Amino acid sequence: MQNLEALKNLLYRLADDFLIMGHRDSEWIGLGPILEEDIAFASMAQDKVGYSLSFYTLLHELGEADPDTIAFKREAIHFKCAQFVEMPIQDYAFSLIRHFFFDYAADTRIQALKNSSYDKLRDLANKISRELKYHCMHAKTMVTQIAKGNEDGNSRLQEAVNTAFPMALSLFEPTEFCEELAQAGICPTEASLQKEWLQRITPLLIEASLSLPQVPEPNPYYGGRKGYHTDYLDELIQEMTAVIRLEPEAVW
Amino acid sequence: MVNEIISKTTLLDYLQEVKDPEIPTISVVDLGIIEDVKIEAGNKVCIEMIPTFSGCPAIRFMQLEIINCLKKHGFTEVEVKVAYEKPWSSERITERGRKQLLEFGLSPPPRIKGEIEEKDLEQAICPKCLSQNTVIKNPFGPTLCRAIHYCYNCHETFEQFKPL
Repeated sequence: MQNLEALKNLLYRLADDFLIMGHRDSEWIGLGPILEEDIAFASMAQDKVGYSLSFYTLLHELGEADPDTIAFKREAIHFKCAQFVEMPIQDYAFSLIRHFFFDYAADTRIQALKNSSYDKLRDLANKISRELKYHCMHAKTMVTQIAKGNEDGNSRLQEAVNTAFPMALSLFEPTEFCEELAQAGICPTEASLQKEWLQRITPLLIEASLSLPQVPEPNPYYGGRKGYHTDYLDELIQEMTAVIRLEPEAVW
Repeated sequence: MVNEIISKTTLLDYLQEVKDPEIPTISVVDLGIIEDVKIEAGNKVCIEMIPTFSGCPAIRFMQLEIINCLKKHGFTEVEVKVAYEKPWSSERITERGRKQLLEFGLSPPPRIKGEIEEKDLEQAICPKCLSQNTVIKNPFGPTLCRAIHYCYNCHETFEQFKPL
């Protein structure tokens, strides 16, 4: 099969982003500022872990280890997720803004993959894109309502945007496979996806009276796609695998 | 036991016994998650199912329930494949299924042709009074496939099976 290495790299990026973001979302269970948000983050976590399973299953079909092994038995250095998703949940403002940035970015990528030349990826994108609408809708509604609600809400969200935006750009960190994937029609380049994402979120942020900050060059949050992660990822993996490490061969 | 030729229809009738564990009034058939049924030589049968939402935790359970059900009806070998890549749509729920959702107290998803738009997610009929004077409160509910709405007529919240 042509472009196999590049394709696997893309699938790992997709799956790892969804798995780690899903795990972070699940950390809001029992802590949400209101019950509905607790439930929303729990549901989105469940969806995202589900997407990661679909992508890991595809990787397994391409010769990689089985999904549970890939998800739970790798060290941080082998993960291809962006550093953005591994950051701790911090306060609700940060988590909400991260959810807004992440889900619009995921949706932009998944929409593009609906035209992928790799048919299995195209099929999966078709399925996932239907569900991601709910994530984007939720993010947009909450961000708009809170940012337009009062000054306190707006300033807290603006602060979160200032912190999260440079990190969010790590979702589009270029990789050595970018051009190859674009030329093969598998996935557009990271640069073009980032541009499209910005075109989608900018009017929504303006509507919510929020603005995007300047980002230092080179982006200090790049590296995740190459396996360079923050210590937060290792901590997360330790927690995520606490049960499986107790009894690795247990059957559920 | 299965000496006579079992038709696909009979098999689907058997599968009526397998219900969605989270909505016990509706069967896997009426939910539209049975994509294909193949009866092979001997007592072997292959079922292909597609999950409603990708992250649905009930998939594995329903898979086992289907196997148990068909074994009870005499099939010795039952294979249930889950096609994660195939999109499920709420349009696949049968008319009977929609009634069963309503019986359970869930608002059935609105009928939507083609691509779902954001405004489609907002509409729901109240399962108690059938009023359309309702508003979406949260696109996420107690399970992945449910959203929370509010009925201005009853002044009560209700759950809807989400359009997808």
